[in-house]
Amino acid sequence: MLAPRALILRAPGTNCDQETAHAFERAGGIARRVHVRALAERPAIADDCQILCIPGGFSYGDDIASGRILALELATRLADALAAFRDRGGLILGICNGFQVLLQTGLLLAGPSGEREATLAHNTSGRFIDRWVPLEIQGGGPCLFLDGLHTLELPVAHAEGRFVTRSVDAMARLEAAGQLPLRYAAGANPNGSEADVAGACDPSGRVFGMMPHPERFIVATQHPAWHGRLDPTAAGVGLAIFVNAVRAVS
Amino acid sequence: MLWEVDVSLRDAAADPLAREFVAGAATVDRVDLSTARTAVGWLLEGPLSRTEVERIAAAVLVDPVTESCQIDEPIAAGLTAARDGLPTVVHVLPKPGVTDPAGLTAAEALAVLGHPGIAVRSLRKYWLPPMEAADARELARRLVANEAIHEVVIGPLSLRTLAGGGRWEFSRPKVSLEGLDDAALGRLSRERCLALSAAELAAVRDHFRTLGRDPAEIELETIAQTWSEHCCHKTLTSPVEHEGPAGRVAYDNLLKETVFAATQTIRRSLGAGDWCVSVFRDNSGVVRFDGDHDICVKVETHNHPSAIEPYGGAATGLGGVIRDVLGTGLAARPIANLDVFCVAPLDTPTAEIPPGVIPPRRLLAGVVAGVRDYGNRMGIPTIAGAVAFDPGYLGNPLVFCGTVGIMPRGHAEAAPAVGDLVVVAGGRTGRDGIHGATFSSIELSSDSETESGGAVQIGHAIHEKTLTEFVLEAARQDLFHAITDCGAGGLSSAVGEMAATLGAEVDLDRVPLKYAGLSATEVWISEAQERMVLAVPPEAWERIAAIAAAEGVEATAIGRFTGDGRLTLRWEGQRAGELDCHFLHEGRPRQTLSSTFAPAPETPARWQPAGLAATLTAVLALPDVASKEWIIRQYDHEVQGASVTKPLLGPGEGPADGTVIRGVLGRDRGVVLAVGLRHRLGPLDAYQMAAGGIVEAIANAVAAGADPERIALLDNFCWGDTRRPETLGPLVEACRGCHDAAIAFAAPFVSGKDSLNNVFAYTDGEGQSHEISIPPTLLATALGQVPAVGRSMSPDLKRAGSLLAVVGISRPDTAGSQLELTGRVSGGRLPAVDLDACRATIHAVARAAHSGTLLACHDLSDGGLAAGLAEMAIGGGLGARLELNAMPFDDAGLDLGAAIGPSARDLAIAFGESPGRFLCELPAGGEQAFAAAVGDVPWAIVGEVVAEPVVELFGTAGKSERIAVGELAAAWRSLARENT
Repeated sequence: MLAPRALILRAPGTNCDQETAHAFERAGGIARRVHVRALAERPAIADDCQILCIPGGFSYGDDIASGRILALELATRLADALAAFRDRGGLILGICNGFQVLLQTGLLLAGPSGEREATLAHNTSGRFIDRWVPLEIQGGGPCLFLDGLHTLELPVAHAEGRFVTRSVDAMARLEAAGQLPLRYAAGANPNGSEADVAGACDPSGRVFGMMPHPERFIVATQHPAWHGRLDPTAAGVGLAIFVNAVRAVS
Repeated sequence: MLWEVDVSLRDAAADPLAREFVAGAATVDRVDLSTARTAVGWLLEGPLSRTEVERIAAAVLVDPVTESCQIDEPIAAGLTAARDGLPTVVHVLPKPGVTDPAGLTAAEALAVLGHPGIAVRSLRKYWLPPMEAADARELARRLVANEAIHEVVIGPLSLRTLAGGGRWEFSRPKVSLEGLDDAALGRLSRERCLALSAAELAAVRDHFRTLGRDPAEIELETIAQTWSEHCCHKTLTSPVEHEGPAGRVAYDNLLKETVFAATQTIRRSLGAGDWCVSVFRDNSGVVRFDGDHDICVKVETHNHPSAIEPYGGAATGLGGVIRDVLGTGLAARPIANLDVFCVAPLDTPTAEIPPGVIPPRRLLAGVVAGVRDYGNRMGIPTIAGAVAFDPGYLGNPLVFCGTVGIMPRGHAEAAPAVGDLVVVAGGRTGRDGIHGATFSSIELSSDSETESGGAVQIGHAIHEKTLTEFVLEAARQDLFHAITDCGAGGLSSAVGEMAATLGAEVDLDRVPLKYAGLSATEVWISEAQERMVLAVPPEAWERIAAIAAAEGVEATAIGRFTGDGRLTLRWEGQRAGELDCHFLHEGRPRQTLSSTFAPAPETPARWQPAGLAATLTAVLALPDVASKEWIIRQYDHEVQGASVTKPLLGPGEGPADGTVIRGVLGRDRGVVLAVGLRHRLGPLDAYQMAAGGIVEAIANAVAAGADPERIALLDNFCWGDTRRPETLGPLVEACRGCHDAAIAFAAPFVSGKDSLNNVFAYTDGEGQSHEISIPPTLLATALGQVPAVGRSMSPDLKRAGSLLAVVGISRPDTAGSQLELTGRVSGGRLPAVDLDACRATIHAVARAAHSGTLLACHDLSDGGLAAGLAEMAIGGGLGARLELNAMPFDDAGLDLGAAIGPSARDLAIAFGESPGRFLCELPAGGEQAFAAAVGDVPWAIVGEVVAEPVVELFGTAGKSERIAVGELAAAWRSLARENT
């Protein structure tokens, strides 16, 4: 059988597309970088892909709010194509800026009447931060990207990653549905997120967004303390997220 | 119709903009602004109804979960009504013509929503407690606005339109140089901001006399840009009569006979093994990397713009050097950035800050934010750097930005062909940065902010990102013959350089403008950012235009390369100017400079007795040594996924020496980046500063695992007024130091840059004139390579029970040391470089690394042995015991003074800064293998690693002092905490 295909969607300002494509290839997939303009002109490009990934970056500069304009563009020009992609069993992964985009398009965490349940606001520090954080997985939920994982370490690199829900009720609803499976370990929350939330999925578990960067830990040498401690040729734990995605559609 | 949309956070307590203001006010003005409220405002102009604006706000401008908004015409009273009892409303908005990235982005979003062509300007709005308008203006000026680029409006915005100027009517103003004596020519140069000497203007006059006419303004400007210090390094390439310690020496071309000559000597001796590809010719220096790639590197300074507008200056400095790499050969992909800042001490008292100078704390925060916002958006990891402090940088901070790139082999050579189109791609042209090239060649004064406001550029990183994608795709498809960036001098120097031999004709009216009204001269010399010029064969035009369209980049053919050796400038078909390329590039008269240098006599060391542990915490907290974590973590240093050795590493997040990335994802060969900066030696002995800086850069690279046979160097000179022989003298000495060190290590210089006239002049309150000159500063950058990244090394201690070995000899080198800054010593021996010994040491360590006997390796520099050990312990979270008696120490010249013998000896060994030493961690029992690898260089086992996180230092008298690693880490991080 053919290797699963991942479409890496890029926009002006996307900047993690190459390494995210590399991660999918390491995981056994075939990755193809596609500009959002090209996809909007010909949505059929996505037809032979099983995975859609919106990688990290500063789409359109993020000068207004992170992910806002790319989300607007997707909602305006590609809403039907994306819904069809998801409904036919495609996986959607948003990393960092991609997570911000997914929330703003409503593909993730849209409430019963379509209003947004959550957002990613400025870090409490008010600053961009790049640091490695320990993460924990709250198992039992639907998210198939995190299958078999319990704890992991990954870097975050963002200025707007503070997960905020619209209301206490919204938070309770999402928790109960297992839609907030990825959490910063206690005491390691880098941005002030509510309930230490680092990633969220839709009820099917097939659409997932996360602030940390799994593509930045697919090989041991990407870890800040690998020298003399890890086999430099070993895989990094972030690779498992891409492997899970590739397996789920194989 | 002009609308204003004010967007505020629902939860005002979580407002980072307000907190920035509040924190700034608390530190600067002791004013309580804890209740301040803020909004981000948007001015939208175009045919929009209120309903449409509401829809736009909801879709684009407002987050439904965290924000709310208010919409009206700007003149409506409701928008400036008091909020939460705060009646003073302050608006801060970009001046007309200043690039407004947020506004441009919003306009794009509006286009997506079906409203193309709407003009948008962003603003920030603050509600403050009752105060006089003048006080509010002053507060805004000091905390959040910069008059070089911002307008501050207190109370209502009486704005009715955003529209700018009208069309420019063609004219061809002439500038007569006839009948002017030297004084008058000098005046003309100053008034027109040309930065040309009387002799140079006389040469221009004589040239035009042969043509029988006066130069047109646009011609004179082109010459001024091309002949600027910034563009042609006229000082460093001048003949120099030098009088130094070794007698009189005459150079016909200083740079050629020192720095370039070293590279030529090394390349000759490498013969067939020469791994330099393109050096000192292109926008960056290119060397061989792996079988199918070359790598290139460039470091630039952006000192004067950053002094006036730190955020924009640093951002565009980085943007410029990224374009240098993108514009090398047939384009290189940028893969890493570095930044180095030299600033005055952050605690400089307000009373000592001259008028017109931005306080160092705000300046550093601004340049860091500029590099952060530009580098992060570009998706290029900022992986290396340094911050150095000295009072001499108060009026003239130094901002170095560097970029490394990678390109396919065979892409290093490029040249336009006759008939190629001159294509400008990227951002539009406005009045930004007019006279930047000549401005950077003129000294700063307290009036610079008002005089040279036009020279300040604001970057728009996302335009550069899309431009990069466009260029790299066009390069992949082989669609252009040559490329260069529009930097200093704008189109005049970019097109001028590309057309230097062929000549070109340019229709300036075709250049896309940000707003109407620019004259032909302004279009030609504007330094608007994010533009590249390409030489495109006509048959490739359609394909290249299609790529530009797909990436959302504007690309326009504005002329063609002719082959007639002339630069012809036109406006709507009329001749605006015409220059002979040969005169433009070769016609500058050379002037012989004179320089003198007499080394300052060594001052004998005067010691203050002190304990080792207390001294160590004091040294670790010094600004040069202290952790730069608060800066490093604001930079995305991991994007592109190639990170191998990060600037902060190990379980305890200690510092790295050099940093390493993979050249190509999935491949093993790595790129090492390291810097050396011995700025404290500059005023003492510039030769030693240069040689010592190079040793430090190379040692840093080798400590990270670099192959010492494959290190390329860059030099960046920053100097004061070199028209003075006594200031030029140290520069000549530094060039000699560069030459000797490069030869000693067989490490060729591949590129470099100089920034002269870093002098700040002002008049104090009593009418006294003052001048602050920077200390002579040379930044050395080493670009190294590791054959396999799995073999790269880090300084953090790895395991208890292993041994500590020092390689290299220590001397009581305390002059210019960090120890001197603690007051424990003043003066003493200068840390002079023994180049042969340093080379032997560096190669010994590289052999040990190659043999696999090193667990950790750290270059000893600022703060010496003790600071180095502390950094290794912090990074590894382990302790260590170290015996100073075991150190290979040559005490010749150690003047123990009166009655404090043991303490002084201990301090000299522990904190002396002899160049070219390493502290290494070896596995227990690894001495023999290590000895075999290092050979006959001086080395010794000096201690061991222990599990208990305590550093124990045994003094030469046998007494020991203990200090917890946690305490060391706290001292090392104290400055970082203060800034977060």
